[in-house]
Amino acid sequence: MAGFLVRRVLFGLLVLWIISVVVFVMFFIAPHDVARLLAGRQANQAEIEAIRRSLGLNRPILDQYLSWVWKLLHGDLGYSYRASVPVRYLLATRIPVTASLAFGAAIIWLVIGVGAGVLAAIRPRTIADRVVTFFALFFYSMPTFLLGLLLLFFAFFKLYTAGIHLFPGGGYVNLTQDPIGWADHLILPWFTLALVTAAVYSRLTRGTMLDVLGEDYIRTARSKGISEGRVIFRHALRSALTPVVTQFGIDLGTLLGGAIVTENVFGLPGLGQLAVQSILNQNLPVVIGIVILASFFIVVANIGVDFMYALLDPRVRLS
Amino acid sequence: MSTAIGGMDAHLAQANVAEPEGEAAAEIQGRSPWQLAWGRLRQDRVAVGSAIVIFLVVLLAILAPLVAHLVGHGPGEQFPFTALNTYGLPVGPSRAFLFGADDLGRDVLVRVVYGARISLIAGVVASGLAVLVGGIVGMVAGYFGTVVDTALSRFMDVILSFPLLLFAIALVSIVGPSLTVTIAVIAFFSWAVVGRIIRGQTLSLREKEFVEAARSLGASDMRIMFVDILPNLVAPLIVYATLLIPASIVFEATLSFLGLGVVPPTPTWGNMLSDAESYYKVAWWFIIFPGGALLITTLAFNLLGDSVRDALDPRYARLFKA
Amino acid sequence: MTAASAQSDATPDSDVLVRVQGVVKHFPIRTGLLRRVVGRVHAVDGVSLEVKRGETLGIVGETGCGKSTLARCVARLYDLTGGTVVFDGKDISRLSRRGMRPLRKGIQMIFQDPIGSLNPRRRIGSIIGDPFAIHRISRGEQRKRQVQELMRLVGLNPEHYNRFPAEFSGGQRQRIGVARALALRPKLIIADEPVSALDVSIQAQILNLLTDLQGEFGLTYIFIAHDLSVVRHVSDRIAVMYLGKIVEVATVAELYARPRHPYTNALLSAVPVPDPDHADQRERIILVGDVPSPINPPSGCRFHPRCPKAQNLCTEVDPELEVKKDDGAEHLAACHFPVEVGEQLSRARAGIAQPDRETATDVSRETVQGAIRPQDRS
Repeated sequence: MAGFLVRRVLFGLLVLWIISVVVFVMFFIAPHDVARLLAGRQANQAEIEAIRRSLGLNRPILDQYLSWVWKLLHGDLGYSYRASVPVRYLLATRIPVTASLAFGAAIIWLVIGVGAGVLAAIRPRTIADRVVTFFALFFYSMPTFLLGLLLLFFAFFKLYTAGIHLFPGGGYVNLTQDPIGWADHLILPWFTLALVTAAVYSRLTRGTMLDVLGEDYIRTARSKGISEGRVIFRHALRSALTPVVTQFGIDLGTLLGGAIVTENVFGLPGLGQLAVQSILNQNLPVVIGIVILASFFIVVANIGVDFMYALLDPRVRLS
Repeated sequence: MSTAIGGMDAHLAQANVAEPEGEAAAEIQGRSPWQLAWGRLRQDRVAVGSAIVIFLVVLLAILAPLVAHLVGHGPGEQFPFTALNTYGLPVGPSRAFLFGADDLGRDVLVRVVYGARISLIAGVVASGLAVLVGGIVGMVAGYFGTVVDTALSRFMDVILSFPLLLFAIALVSIVGPSLTVTIAVIAFFSWAVVGRIIRGQTLSLREKEFVEAARSLGASDMRIMFVDILPNLVAPLIVYATLLIPASIVFEATLSFLGLGVVPPTPTWGNMLSDAESYYKVAWWFIIFPGGALLITTLAFNLLGDSVRDALDPRYARLFKA
Repeated sequence: MTAASAQSDATPDSDVLVRVQGVVKHFPIRTGLLRRVVGRVHAVDGVSLEVKRGETLGIVGETGCGKSTLARCVARLYDLTGGTVVFDGKDISRLSRRGMRPLRKGIQMIFQDPIGSLNPRRRIGSIIGDPFAIHRISRGEQRKRQVQELMRLVGLNPEHYNRFPAEFSGGQRQRIGVARALALRPKLIIADEPVSALDVSIQAQILNLLTDLQGEFGLTYIFIAHDLSVVRHVSDRIAVMYLGKIVEVATVAELYARPRHPYTNALLSAVPVPDPDHADQRERIILVGDVPSPINPPSGCRFHPRCPKAQNLCTEVDPELEVKKDDGAEHLAACHFPVEVGEQLSRARAGIAQPDRETATDVSRETVQGAIRPQDRS
């Protein structure tokens, strides 16, 4: 187990390092004027020169790379010239928003996805199964942003004009200030992000559960008189869940992408909205900061998922 | 329809290669694995329906200029007098504007049809590139093993660890948005997915006795790869190509929606929906028509891809079809 | 007929098609991040054989004894860890793949699995035509004619040229494999358990086909099997393998009349005999224990943990493959205490400690007899 963990962490570090190199090459080397790019559209020549000097952009590339990484390791994610604040401050306020969105959505999609999949698997070819399969295919083909728009249109606008003020049309409320408001503002975004992925998971779970339920050891368990509930939840689900965990690891990146889109649709002041705004405003230091931060979280989360996977499936630890 | 189980390779969730099974007496006209798969596909109503829908979409996309001509409105032409009402708001679906007009007085129907072109191009080209590169790299990695395999596999693993959308927008922030960048990004991240699967399949194919037999005949590595192994990889490659198309279409639409893909005035379903975000309260047709087109196209490709996979590997058809 | 190379080099080379000397093949076992070698599978551990032109040499042994590995070493599908293989006067032991390619026309293999040895996605005309394509011998119409000629030779309908392997029965698929092996008129065909996966009636057909082809084309066969009764029909000489080494080599007649090695005796006693009375009277030699792992073979004679006649010498010294007293010059055995004519092996007692023998239940003759004829039980 320890060996597995060590290898996994080493690989994660490798990925982080490669990401740092790729980001550095993309932003600080390519055949454009780095200082101008970082300064943004509004900057004048004097400001650009100042930036060039302060970042030491005339030094050898390896020098620049090493000092940049050094700063990163100390939590310095760069400086936004437009806003005149370190990038770190800009990101700090937005992390809770994105985190609320991401965690809430993940929980919802796991519950709905796996639940629907199990339901369909234990009642194959019945109405329940067909309904689940149909909705899975439907939502699976729906782009996240489109779902968001549709939810905004129907669940918010139509209801609103009909006099039902159930969901707000966007915006964010702090959890600490007003938990009800916090949840209310997040429900539509949560479902937007969750339903598409839940569709994938329900199909996956249904497939693996059907495979597992056909296995001999399940038949043995039933013939021993174990109740159906225990058979499903204690025995079958455990094996069927391992591909789901794998998929979840892969989906962490998707989660982030979906969050970016959802924040934009619902006007949630999270990292995703900031990222898009920054690109449109040519505020590159912020973009760089977000890319690094987000990649870091994803790599760490992936290690966590792999660790959980190893707990579930002993064979992984031994390989 | 012959019930002989001609047995197909290409189950995709795992890297297994199915064995052919079943026999046909010498008198019965034999059917090749491809003929059997095609027969199954033709009988699948969902597949036929999806194929028809896709065909219509493609047709409309190709005939876009004709549609514009018939309706009398170009995709970029603005008609402020006929399209906007007295308050300056666009008109809804009407005789002149079948899908309504947008905020600049352009014909939504014509723009949707032109938008189909972008989506289809993005989908097909990105998917094709990904499958081509992924297929070759995967096959080489799986066949040669050892150092080559380790290097290529690690490379693919690293790419798969990158958060896709994040890096897409990072790249766009530097080079600016365009269709080419969008397609390149999709292809760059998708090929690793295909590559891993193909590598797995190649690894197990390599151990088969017919590969050993080819070696014992003196066949070169290139010959074994392209004459013996590749035909067994065609099935998963086709399925992946079909399934990657809708994923690519959605990705392009998402980027365009964020303003980071194809930018106005070129119409694409994504950026039309981006306008919709501001106007949906007063103009529902902004969402419904481009959104509907996007949804229907994606759904059709996904259903077709599923059916193609089932046709090529019938064991799993029984499980996944309700 | 002269003695094999283990004793002298008197055999004129023109008689010998394949000379295998001291061939060793070990597979390394690697574990860990750095793929360190932690052990070796001693698949083939010093095998010397001769195969004369036009004869059929049968190689028998249980699963895991290394006979398939030996076959692939002779065919140079593997690199040799040690030893030499001389084919038609040429030393092929160290040739590269490129160097081997022209020689491949002379050595061909037939494989065991009729399903796995044919590419399911290719038409059989293309599969059989592979040798012609690879060695650039013919193309197009000419190749097709040659392929169809081969199909006729092996008993297939040439009109099925464009069919896929899935459309044929197991026996027919083996015929396809034979046709492919025959395409370039090789001198040597190595058949690795060619009939093990077939039904008995089909086995007979394929064996007859192989024999006919041998007569017609002057082929030399190395025929590998685990079933003695099959090997007996096709072979001129038989070599018995155990755990990577040859324990006995003799002509078919000699092997059946006077088996010298205890293992050979056990194998022969296990062959089912249809006549129950005859079966009753036969001596049954039942070996205890399992075949040891080739990763860690026993010291001295590898058979000593299971041998009914094992003595101390057997645990220390590995016996040479040589002619025993009163045997023909072609009959070699590797044993310190070979079985004598008339000796009752089932009554032998080993002189060393054999853990498996002590813990195993004693399978007495009464039990065996009782199983065969229950009406005799009183």
